[in-house]
Amino acid sequence: MSGHSTYIPKSGFEKWLDARLPIIRLGYDAMVDYPTPRNLNYWWTFGGILTVLLLTQIVTGVVLAMHYTAHVDHAFASVERIMRDVNYGWMIRYIHSNGASMFFIATYIHMFRGLYYGSYKAPREVIWLLGCILFFLLIATAFLGYVLPWGQMSFHGAAVITNVIGAVPVVGGSILTWLQGGFAIDNPTLSRFFALHYLMPFMIAGVVGLHIWALHVPGNNNPVGVLIPQDLQRRDTVPFHPYYTVKDGFAIIVFLIMFSVFVFFNPNALGHADNYIPANPLVTPAHIVPEWYLLPFYAMLRAVPDKFGGVIVMFASIAVIFALPWLDTSKVRSNRYRPVAKQFFWLFVVTTLVLGYCGGQLPDAPVIPGVETFTLFDGQLNSYLWLTRLFTLMYFAYFLVVLPLLGLKETPLPVPPTISAPVLSHAGGDGGDGGAYGGSTHGGVVKPGAGYAGRPAVAEPERRG
Amino acid sequence: MRKLITAVAAAVACLTAAPALAAGGAEHPKDVKYSFEGPFGRFDQAQLQRGFKVYQEVCASCHSTNLVAYRHLAMRNAPFWDENYPNPNESPYARTIAAAAQIPDIDSETGDAILRPGTVADRIPNPYPNEAAARGANGGALPPDLSVITKARHGGADYIYSLLIGYPNPPRGLTVPAGQYYNKYYAGDLSSYWAPAGVEPEEAHDSVPKGGFLAMPPPLREGQVTFDDGTPATVNNMARDVGAYLQWVTEPKLIERKQTGLAVIIYLTLFAGLVYASYRRIWRNVAH
Repeated sequence: MSGHSTYIPKSGFEKWLDARLPIIRLGYDAMVDYPTPRNLNYWWTFGGILTVLLLTQIVTGVVLAMHYTAHVDHAFASVERIMRDVNYGWMIRYIHSNGASMFFIATYIHMFRGLYYGSYKAPREVIWLLGCILFFLLIATAFLGYVLPWGQMSFHGAAVITNVIGAVPVVGGSILTWLQGGFAIDNPTLSRFFALHYLMPFMIAGVVGLHIWALHVPGNNNPVGVLIPQDLQRRDTVPFHPYYTVKDGFAIIVFLIMFSVFVFFNPNALGHADNYIPANPLVTPAHIVPEWYLLPFYAMLRAVPDKFGGVIVMFASIAVIFALPWLDTSKVRSNRYRPVAKQFFWLFVVTTLVLGYCGGQLPDAPVIPGVETFTLFDGQLNSYLWLTRLFTLMYFAYFLVVLPLLGLKETPLPVPPTISAPVLSHAGGDGGDGGAYGGSTHGGVVKPGAGYAGRPAVAEPERRG
Repeated sequence: MRKLITAVAAAVACLTAAPALAAGGAEHPKDVKYSFEGPFGRFDQAQLQRGFKVYQEVCASCHSTNLVAYRHLAMRNAPFWDENYPNPNESPYARTIAAAAQIPDIDSETGDAILRPGTVADRIPNPYPNEAAARGANGGALPPDLSVITKARHGGADYIYSLLIGYPNPPRGLTVPAGQYYNKYYAGDLSSYWAPAGVEPEEAHDSVPKGGFLAMPPPLREGQVTFDDGTPATVNNMARDVGAYLQWVTEPKLIERKQTGLAVIIYLTLFAGLVYASYRRIWRNVAH
């Protein structure tokens, strides 16, 4: 969709700059004139929400770093001092700590949206791969950040996760020592985790730039999932501004309301009480759990009896997401026209939620208390261990069995040839190609002659949830 | 959309709350109706002052609050806040309380260790010179610092209250080790101390009492402090008030946070309405 640029420099300065560094042109083409399918629903607003969250995390994080002390003796107290003695420090710190959870909520919704509507399929594979890299960087950044307050969960969580690396045969021990900066989690670990936690958000910002660049070449996917042919661009798209700036803007504000409820009224609901106990290497918490957003992966790590096997399964669970564009064999993008795939999609959503729940439970605890069971290999059948194993299998089966086979077996519903066909029938009008883009009602915002057409004679826009 | 976000948030909260349930076999803390609860909650200043008195005369003989300075006591929403003294460093209350304390310091002329009267800038001193001394005086157990205690325990101030009143006589069949005290709100595993008479050991496993042993003896007894406002110093009242005080110690900005939050939510809601109206207007002629 990135056709030729329509930017026309007006003032003398714009003309001068455009001939030397066409940065206004870049911004104009990417954020103002960018042709966007007009049928995007609210699930498409999470990219904008994530951009706002990334900026929020960087700004609050830089301020926190001004007051934080990365030393095992001072880290815990310095975080608490930020909340007591720094002006609005409590707000900055709670925004940052809850912002991490919000980031994952939005990321997971963004990823599930891509999964449901087939946004990873040709010609958008590279967008998906960059997104997977972002997800991986996000997990790493969040994990490093959680260590910094140096509470009990910070310390023992870091111990569990770095020890995972130690399970790699032959070189694991050396890598572990190199990573920790010593033979145990200690001051060198904390200071390097702080340095890396400061670095990685800027790496994320860089990859976000590539992610958006890669998006703007083929253009957005859409709920119908069909590509918009060049000659229908004018009919089926609207300029990003003001149509999607206002729609994304509304969604961002609603998301911020939810974010604020956590920050101002329940800032510790998503954390663990043990992390307000200063780290003590000699006292291990009764129950070490990561933050909620890592629980599904933690569950899979624990479900495998062999330590190195667990590491492989955990990394494979993320690696398999990278391979998704080549695992799904269906030619149809949107699950709207794939009745069977749609059911498997929701089953997969449930699978990840159950895995997350299992990650927060003791593996030996019974799933249904009081039910007589028997020991199967190394654990009771009625235990979270076996429930996790079942759902780990379902997780991988979705990618490795269901998606490859379903594309070959399933008979999809008829897919509309263009996005305007369902849009217009949905809106109740008979459609037609509409008149030329008048620009009269939004004149000035979209230049007349930019040529976005396709206004059917429908008074009331229909919104999709 | 909002419904959806709430649903997601609720699901997330359930997921994270789940590990708490598996934490241990303790009685769920009693629910105290504190004035600071809810989005409109405020601290009850008289209660904070009573709680401070209990803390100072009872708790502070073993427990530290390393993060609390005397000036904090006179900040807005704090126990000794007075609007005539907007700068807490000038508060006569904070100054008087600080001056009564003896702070370990070094004589700047000779370098000798000395004790001097406190100033508002000083932090409330630790009752023990070091961790070994604290353990030595408490049978090997370290009395935890109380600076963030209500955030560091499930149940918060309710838990503090429950723990302080939660010392019943141990049930018959429970062997309490010397120097330990049975508390039904303290998380622990009592199965190896539980041998009720006339019950087979295998069956006894099903009736292990909830609770645990801790090294802190029941700290409060009737009439232990004299409240200046005439509130009867029952164990119940003292435990409730010190729970409120420790909530303030943990989150001195609690009220500021909730008040800011209300303004933020109102602002964002109005903003959302305005942007939604713009959205309707901009999209009104576009089928989508």
